[in-house]
Amino acid sequence: MSSETTSKKHLGRGQRGPLASVGLHSVLAIAAFVAAFPVAWVAYVSLGGGEYDYQHPQRIAAHPTLSNYSHVLNHTDFFTWLGNSTIVALGTTVVGVLVAASAGYAVSRIRFLGRGSLMYTFLLTQMFPVSVLIVPLYKILANTKLLDTYPGLILVYCTTAVPYCAWLLKGYFDTIPVDIDEAGRIDGLSPFGTFWRLILPLARPGLAVAAFYTFLTAWGEVAFASYFLLSPDKFTLSVGLQTFVSQYNSQWNYLAATGVLIAIPAGVFFYLVQKHLVTGLTAGGTKG
Amino acid sequence: MTVVAPAEAATPRRSQEPRRRTGPLRRIRHSYDQFWYAWAMCAPVVVILGVLVAYPLVLGIMYTFTDATSLNVGHTIGVNHIPDTFSWVGLKQYVDILSGPDNQFWPHFWWTIIWTFTCVALTVSLGLGLAVLLNRQVRGRTFYRVLLVLPWAVPTFVTIFSWRLLLSDGGAVNHALGFLGLGQPAWLSDPFWQKVAAIGVNVWVGVPFMMISMLGGLQSIPAELYEAAEMDGATAWQRFRHVTLPGLRPVSSTLILLGVIWTFNQFNVIFLLFGSTNGDSVQILVTYSYRLFFGQNPMDYAGAATVGVLCLSILIVFTEFYRRWIRRMQGAQA
Repeated sequence: MSSETTSKKHLGRGQRGPLASVGLHSVLAIAAFVAAFPVAWVAYVSLGGGEYDYQHPQRIAAHPTLSNYSHVLNHTDFFTWLGNSTIVALGTTVVGVLVAASAGYAVSRIRFLGRGSLMYTFLLTQMFPVSVLIVPLYKILANTKLLDTYPGLILVYCTTAVPYCAWLLKGYFDTIPVDIDEAGRIDGLSPFGTFWRLILPLARPGLAVAAFYTFLTAWGEVAFASYFLLSPDKFTLSVGLQTFVSQYNSQWNYLAATGVLIAIPAGVFFYLVQKHLVTGLTAGGTKG
Repeated sequence: MTVVAPAEAATPRRSQEPRRRTGPLRRIRHSYDQFWYAWAMCAPVVVILGVLVAYPLVLGIMYTFTDATSLNVGHTIGVNHIPDTFSWVGLKQYVDILSGPDNQFWPHFWWTIIWTFTCVALTVSLGLGLAVLLNRQVRGRTFYRVLLVLPWAVPTFVTIFSWRLLLSDGGAVNHALGFLGLGQPAWLSDPFWQKVAAIGVNVWVGVPFMMISMLGGLQSIPAELYEAAEMDGATAWQRFRHVTLPGLRPVSSTLILLGVIWTFNQFNVIFLLFGSTNGDSVQILVTYSYRLFFGQNPMDYAGAATVGVLCLSILIVFTEFYRRWIRRMQGAQA
């Protein structure tokens, strides 16, 4: 009985004629095509074996080959770059999310002096152009012996990712009822214990979004990485890819193959968190 | 600066309850405990931001009053440390940049404004449109969503290399345009089409983030509001205009602000699309200032930092006005 009424209501509201359906699907299909095409194009070009095949895409379809991949995997520093990128991106994710979560929790739950200005400072740090910071940061990293090291780069990336994540997580923590903190405190947990054992597990969707955002920021960053990494065995993928172009005289086919290999981990990571993405981002957005 | 958004003040606070229950001594101890933990939890962020953002910023602002270049800033070659030798020149950098003989600043400034406005308007409206479509009952929604998020999920340095291939003179985009019998502009070398290409690629990169955030915002609007509007005989457009848009305002006001800040400082797209040598007129202030830095020898630290500080000031002024405007709108609504 009740299911009948709900389905009826649904039909009334969600109903659309076949024409509207076709329109909806064609708009979505065009948008999806535009979104996916450049990515697919990289994959397609990566199959062309010759140096100039990218200029004659029709040649590639006739002789698809995986030779670019074997070249990239066997004769370049790809695995070194991949390892470096993974270390830096995962390091930034772990450090950044933990730091952002604790700050976001404190701002969300406790009314201490200066929390308003702290949130405003987070917003402010998003406005700093790279060019003001890059020279002073170089000097600081050089003075603290962190230049050309993983921890140095991880800390620098944290400064770009943490403010937004703290904002986002603060919004998420606001949606978790305070009763839960209260119950934890009555059962004898310290404030930090409440945060660690009760709130963090409950905030998993929000944390997933923050982790995704931080990971992508670190994985795709170009400017800092190309300036702060000096020795070739420390290069991340974004830097490695650039040296690759000049070193091999713009061999786009290798570039494309490397691009595909880079896109795969990011895609997998995205697929893992995508269920939480929608809910998590909103919670952050609603509380400005 | 103590700017507290009105929404924050309204959220219930844990600290108010025990205050009513316990004696004065315990109350002080309790609040001390809480403040102590609050600061302990914020300390890592404050330390990181202080050391790696605030201190460099102060140094950077200091450089704008000097004639620092890569030759006279202290640096270390091997074991030899060369001390700073630049000198103070007061406001000379600002005067030079804002009204100097090689007037480079203002063209870049106006282009940056156009760039920011166009990109934000397009990403927000396209993101909203796609979010509205995805929020309906559509077969294959997950499939569409995964494809539509690709531009965000794949790192920009990969996708933008792909765009360089697609937009090059004999590239796929011009092939398609030629097939349709349209003109084949030189996307990557003609000054006007460079700008169109830059905006297009940046919108392509930026839409997924807006779309996903808007989708989240849409899902938080209660369905009862739509039902009530429908009962009152509102058309689809009226429902969108008077239910969806106001319901989205908390999300969209934050998104627009972040969008403006991020687009204004968008570095990757222009840097990767046009490389470090070509496309002078398409450089926005941030990449222009980066170029003052790496594009010439000796590198002009002071000039680059001055342009950076000008960017920062523009954004701070904008944010202040925007927040006031939002607050006034909220006040008018209530």
